[in-house]
Amino acid sequence: MLTRFFLMGLDRKAGVVLTILALLAVLVPVSTLLVPADSPFHLSIFTVSLLGKYLCFALLALALDLVWGYCGILSLGHAAFFALGGYAMGMHLMRQIGPRGVYGNPVLPDFMVFLNWTELPWYWLGFDHFWFAALMVLAVPGALAFAFGWFAFRSRVTGVYLSIITQAMTFALLLAFFRNDMGFGGNNGLTDFKEILGADIQAPGTRVGLFVATVVALALSYMIASGIIGSKLGKVLVAVRDTESRVRFLGYNTEHYKLFAWTLSACMAGVAGALYVPQVGIINPSEFAPASSIEAVIWVAVGGRGTLAGAILGAVLVNFGKSYFTGALPELWLFALGGLFVAVTLFLPKGLLGLGAQLMARMPKSKSLPNGKPADQKGM
Amino acid sequence: MRRALRWLLAVCVVAATTSVALAADLRPLVQSLGTGGYAGTEKGLAQLSEAGDPAAVPVIEALQAGDLYVRKADGVVVIARKAGSDYALTDPLGGASLGEAPAGAIEKIKVNNALRRAISASLGALTLMSPDAGIRRSAADAVFKSRDATALDALNTALAKEQDSSVRRAMEQARAAITLTAGASDEDTRVAVATLAGRSDQDALALLSSVASSSSASETAKAAAASAIASVQLKLTLWGVAQNLWYGLSLGSVLLLAAIGLAVTFGVMGVINMAHGEMVMIGAYTTFMVQELFRAHAPGLFDLSILVALPAAFLVSGGVGILIERSVIRWLYGRPLETLLATWGLSLALQQAVRSIFGPSNREVGAPSWMSGAFELGGLTITYGRLWIVVFAFAVFAALLVALKRTWFGLSIRAVTQNRPMANAMGIRTAKVDALTFGLGSGIAGLAGVALSQIDNVSPNLGQGYIIDSFMVVVFGGVGNLWGTLVGALTLGTLNKFLEPYAGAVLGKILVLIFIILFIQRRPRGLFALKGRAVEA
Repeated sequence: MLTRFFLMGLDRKAGVVLTILALLAVLVPVSTLLVPADSPFHLSIFTVSLLGKYLCFALLALALDLVWGYCGILSLGHAAFFALGGYAMGMHLMRQIGPRGVYGNPVLPDFMVFLNWTELPWYWLGFDHFWFAALMVLAVPGALAFAFGWFAFRSRVTGVYLSIITQAMTFALLLAFFRNDMGFGGNNGLTDFKEILGADIQAPGTRVGLFVATVVALALSYMIASGIIGSKLGKVLVAVRDTESRVRFLGYNTEHYKLFAWTLSACMAGVAGALYVPQVGIINPSEFAPASSIEAVIWVAVGGRGTLAGAILGAVLVNFGKSYFTGALPELWLFALGGLFVAVTLFLPKGLLGLGAQLMARMPKSKSLPNGKPADQKGM
Repeated sequence: MRRALRWLLAVCVVAATTSVALAADLRPLVQSLGTGGYAGTEKGLAQLSEAGDPAAVPVIEALQAGDLYVRKADGVVVIARKAGSDYALTDPLGGASLGEAPAGAIEKIKVNNALRRAISASLGALTLMSPDAGIRRSAADAVFKSRDATALDALNTALAKEQDSSVRRAMEQARAAITLTAGASDEDTRVAVATLAGRSDQDALALLSSVASSSSASETAKAAAASAIASVQLKLTLWGVAQNLWYGLSLGSVLLLAAIGLAVTFGVMGVINMAHGEMVMIGAYTTFMVQELFRAHAPGLFDLSILVALPAAFLVSGGVGILIERSVIRWLYGRPLETLLATWGLSLALQQAVRSIFGPSNREVGAPSWMSGAFELGGLTITYGRLWIVVFAFAVFAALLVALKRTWFGLSIRAVTQNRPMANAMGIRTAKVDALTFGLGSGIAGLAGVALSQIDNVSPNLGQGYIIDSFMVVVFGGVGNLWGTLVGALTLGTLNKFLEPYAGAVLGKILVLIFIILFIQRRPRGLFALKGRAVEA
């Protein structure tokens, strides 16, 4: 009974999300490429790239919601997986530049020529193939997350301690990628991309194509995530979130469940990064900054953690607000973001999607909905 | 004691009488500088240096600077410096004022290149004879660096008179350096090598290796030089280790200062305060404000500004902390991860607030005179600023320890931490204790800000640089244990400084972070975990 109710609720929500995404995938290309430029329904290429960027962040937020909302692992280093995926894609795009760089070297990217390097480092080999880069987009963040999670979960590092060491991880990567001799372009990162899969990266058609790819990736990830949540595996994850020790006493190997969700989430974040890089045209070490990871957490919190759809909503809304504020009132943006952090944690513990339920609960005689959402804070 | 005083008095009287007597003797020699053109000046200069009285130093310095004049009316040699349209005249011996004179009434004593050389030589010789041991020592060091063979005679004369053993050693080393550079007999070289072996620094090493590799030196001299090099290198390595330990202690105490407030809010209360770095920043800006007030109203008392800034920063940061606790954190007890997010938001807002008020650029915070400068301890160079920070960090740590273990307030804090309902039942007002504890942690962060303003840029981003390090220290040391924080800070500081020479600053830091991540896997509750029955939070 409870399970069926939960599944039905999920299906309805998933339907709404997927419909919106499908509409975006159809309407945006049409209004950009087919509607004439003077029509009010025309979308500029700039807007498309901006929307694409929001959806990449939404994918990152979705990945984070999977581990935080359903597994109770608050990662303060998810931007590291995002950036690693981005770097993998950026390396492929750098190799695609070929002899069109400033120095005209057919093999070495410009910054390596600048540093007087004579040959490509071994870890750059293979990135001239798209399929290899695509594999690395999943494999590098996945492998890091697996190794990190393997050690952390086995040693039962939980809660705040885990959050702090994920932050240490992204901080260490930030420092590492700032170094020039790491071979990732140092401070400037990777930029000046020319083409992707043979298409000019600046062309409207390519931009729209990348946008559609982002929508598809988001929709697929959403389906995977909600599939997992609806399955028995998802139930165990929620149970781990609420009282891990009890699940362990019942005979489940909680480490394996957590490790699975954690690694999957890192791979999703990597995909988000890989889609993000060609759309913004640059990847640099500042993506690793602990602040960007924490910002991603607030997207999830604003939308409502443990709701999946809320993560997408929160990421889009907060980033829209950020674009607006940094353009119109740059002084106020940090106040607004800071205030948002405080207001959401104090007044909206369940986020925007939980607002309805929260209001209902305040009304006298209303029925509370025992539907597996994070109602209590015990497992934090 | 009294005997010592009397002895000191006697020395002073003797010194005073001799200096008066000598000044009288010098007068005709100074006068002779102004007669007979270049040749006359040179003769006078030679006599002045022979007299060997340091009172002549200002005269010769004035000659070097072109400030020595002859008054046309009576032929008296004076020091003249431009004052308005006229020249202010002073007596070169003693510096008494002789009134003013127009430019036409005085004539400059001219110097040529030959004279200039003679001037520097006699200045070097005279400073070697100076009654002040510090001046003699630095003159000897200057000779050591220049290896000027012309100073050899003056050096020998000075050595014959020298009483102070440390100055004597410096002079002998200078003489050895000259001997080795100029080349000398086998015996002399051997003695010089032995002298230099006592001086363990890079200069000595360079000189010795030039002997070891020179073609003119004999085999025995080379062997002596080689063994001296080995001993100097060993000493240098040991001093290098000591220097690293000092740097480690210095960095460790900075980390300790930044982390110790966090050890209270996070360790004792379990509140993750991401705005902790901003409390440090507020402390640093309070220091800036206090210094501005001192600059504006009491510039003479500037040296005291830091002492005033300490309580001010403690109160300001502590006040902001209490405000934060009352308005935000008290609603979030028992939800550490949400506290983390809310305080992160606060930290963003505080940064922007400071940026809006004070501007985004760095603010100038000055160091009081007793914190600037450095001193040498063997092969170590220790700056006073760093030394005071080390002392201050340990003082704050000790004070906090006493406050927590020996006062009623500390007792209430520990009671509330260990068993909140029971403490409440015993009549402790837990809400008040919470607010005050958070204020205490924030106030200590403010104190850290005062110290860090001396070594770091005071900008809105000041706190950001310390927050991750502070968390690492607290987590590494073990939450809820002040001693753990102390050991953690010093360990991480030393580790960082010992890795730096091999791996570079950035890679060293990365390695430390990886070390902490791995360490947490081994001991998830830190170095000094609290033992108890609670399985997990």
